[in-house]
Amino acid sequence: MARVRVGVFVCHCGSNIGGVVRVPEVVDYARELPLVRYAEDNLYTCSDAGLGSIKQMIAEHGLNRVVVASCTPRTHEELFRRNCEEAGLNRYLFEFVNLREHCSWIHLHEPDSATSKAKELVRLGVAKASRLAPLEMARAPVRPAALVIGGGVAGLAAAGSLGDQGFEVHLVEREQRLGGIAAGLWKLLPGDLEAAKLVSSLTRRVEDSERITVHLGSTVSSVSGFVGAFDVELATPEGPQTVEVGTVIVATGAKELEPLGLYRLGELDGVVTQLGLEQRFRDAEGLGGDVVVINCAGARGPEREYCGRLCCAVSIKNARHLRELDPSRRVTVLQRDVMAMGTLFEAEYRAAKKAGVRFVRYDPSRPPEILGDGRVNGVRVYHSVIGEERVLDASTVVLTTPLVGQDEAPELSKMLKVPLDGDGFFLEAHVKLRPVEFATDGVFIAGAARFPSNIRESVSQGKAAAAKAAAPMTAGEVAVEATTASTDQRLCSGCSNCERTCPFGAVSVEPDRDGRPVSSVNPVICKGCGACVPACPCGAIQQLGFTDSQIFAMVESLAHDREEAAG
Amino acid sequence: MSDFEPTILVFACNWCSYAGADMAGVSRFQMPPNCRVVRVMCSARVRPEQVISALAQGIDGVLILGCHPGDCHYAEGNYHTRRRALMLERLLDTLGLERERFQVSWVSAAEGAKFAETIRAVVDEIRALGPNTLGRAADAG
Repeated sequence: MARVRVGVFVCHCGSNIGGVVRVPEVVDYARELPLVRYAEDNLYTCSDAGLGSIKQMIAEHGLNRVVVASCTPRTHEELFRRNCEEAGLNRYLFEFVNLREHCSWIHLHEPDSATSKAKELVRLGVAKASRLAPLEMARAPVRPAALVIGGGVAGLAAAGSLGDQGFEVHLVEREQRLGGIAAGLWKLLPGDLEAAKLVSSLTRRVEDSERITVHLGSTVSSVSGFVGAFDVELATPEGPQTVEVGTVIVATGAKELEPLGLYRLGELDGVVTQLGLEQRFRDAEGLGGDVVVINCAGARGPEREYCGRLCCAVSIKNARHLRELDPSRRVTVLQRDVMAMGTLFEAEYRAAKKAGVRFVRYDPSRPPEILGDGRVNGVRVYHSVIGEERVLDASTVVLTTPLVGQDEAPELSKMLKVPLDGDGFFLEAHVKLRPVEFATDGVFIAGAARFPSNIRESVSQGKAAAAKAAAPMTAGEVAVEATTASTDQRLCSGCSNCERTCPFGAVSVEPDRDGRPVSSVNPVICKGCGACVPACPCGAIQQLGFTDSQIFAMVESLAHDREEAAG
Repeated sequence: MSDFEPTILVFACNWCSYAGADMAGVSRFQMPPNCRVVRVMCSARVRPEQVISALAQGIDGVLILGCHPGDCHYAEGNYHTRRRALMLERLLDTLGLERERFQVSWVSAAEGAKFAETIRAVVDEIRALGPNTLGRAADAG
């Protein structure tokens, strides 16, 4: 291989790094390090100017290793790797040094020690970079089939869209019917569209598609594999069934909180949740006399801090329905704030007031009290605007409660290796840039599984997730990270430690041509954790990009630095 | 000796602890500048020999950080780390090194504060121990 020629690019990141670390001093230091042929500083290495300069210097100085000392590889590694590739350098001949999150930002008031630390970090980066080898990414085929978990509106939209695009879809629904929460609603905003009509139009599209298989009353019991080749075990009423797909969409939705005991729910007849009210509307059940609606029930408190997002609109809509069904009935919505965002909901709020719905603000530190014995006969509330206590007649109390994460979400999160947030909803890869993707390749998210979303949002997200899932399935293959394990069979003693250590079944020990057992790694299955490396007594198995020689070089470089500092 | 500042090598897994360290940075949690973070994809990638080698060459302390048990991005890598750490601790006794010079902790991607606390605690402990003499003895020999 050609002689190693390292280029070092140290980023000021505006003043983020340069305001603490004396960047020009780090560049001077880097220039003197062994095998470094070129070093410069950039105001922003990730800018067009910075990236262009890297390319230019690769050509001018014949650089064959690039070290960028800037922010975190977790956000910028791909950008710099691609930039190297565009300059004709293998993408794995790049090494990242973190001077921002791991240095300037955590040593804001110590410019001297931050500068020496930055030099050391650059030195470690150069030590590793000098030992990097070019790697090739394997290509893995992607099955043109998707698993959609959850048959609510988000799942239906996703499945329908994927079916239309010609992919095979397995739609798994826990219940015996499709439609999720929407299937239990009466009339929807805007225009009081009948929920049943909407659900049946989404459902028909899925049921009529030859490419979509609907598994009702079914759940996912295990998932193995990776993007392009997920093997999924389903528990169906007919027994276990395996489906083979390339991508997975999580559309498991959320459930309405039923806070038993709160406002005497479950104790008194006449206390229902909003979904309970929708059911009564659907059944055309008489609701009797006056109704009091209590918003933010179980939300925006110490136990559950978030706002339920949909609740205000739901309460406004249903309060109006209550008045329209019986104009002699008094309907009072007890609220903390009315969050009627946008043109549509603001108009609905006005319409509800015009229809005679009263909105009364309550103080969460003096919550309303439900009166009655056996059944509701009134609500005592401290009217926080007037500053007086009032007793409202009521035969029904409706609790507007937030959507909460599904009970099964933690289990599914483990199966798919995707995270949950503190409230039990799934967490996407990036809140703004990757809103329907998980960090795990090939797994996507849509609808209320992420956060309480209305039907319009859930359908949009279902379609968005379908579009993202379609990308690798249309391409037919994905590039697989090349930093996998790899066995040097000449050194392998065939002990099988690596095979036993691998949780993914990527390593197998089988006889070679001479009948001698040797280890080999399937780079498409290998996830690149490197756990097998320390298990090998011979040093035969290495993780590419994180080899022993590279890591030992960093350790030695650090020990050497220390001597220099001491001396 | 009062101005002794230890050098500490930190191995952090890419998915949890390196991200936790990033989070500490984003949150501007301030900590002593004694640690050098080396990124590995999983804490289980760290070879015990690498820890011993670091200490034998006079690095004052080694810290391995991984995902919390049960939360490993690779399902069970941190369990390997935990078992290997138990073995390493005994080896440190044999080598005459204080156990505090090698530590393992779990830091999730959200635990920037825990990352900072862990670094502060480890730096304080090792600063109190004084320099690692193993490397010096080896140099002198």
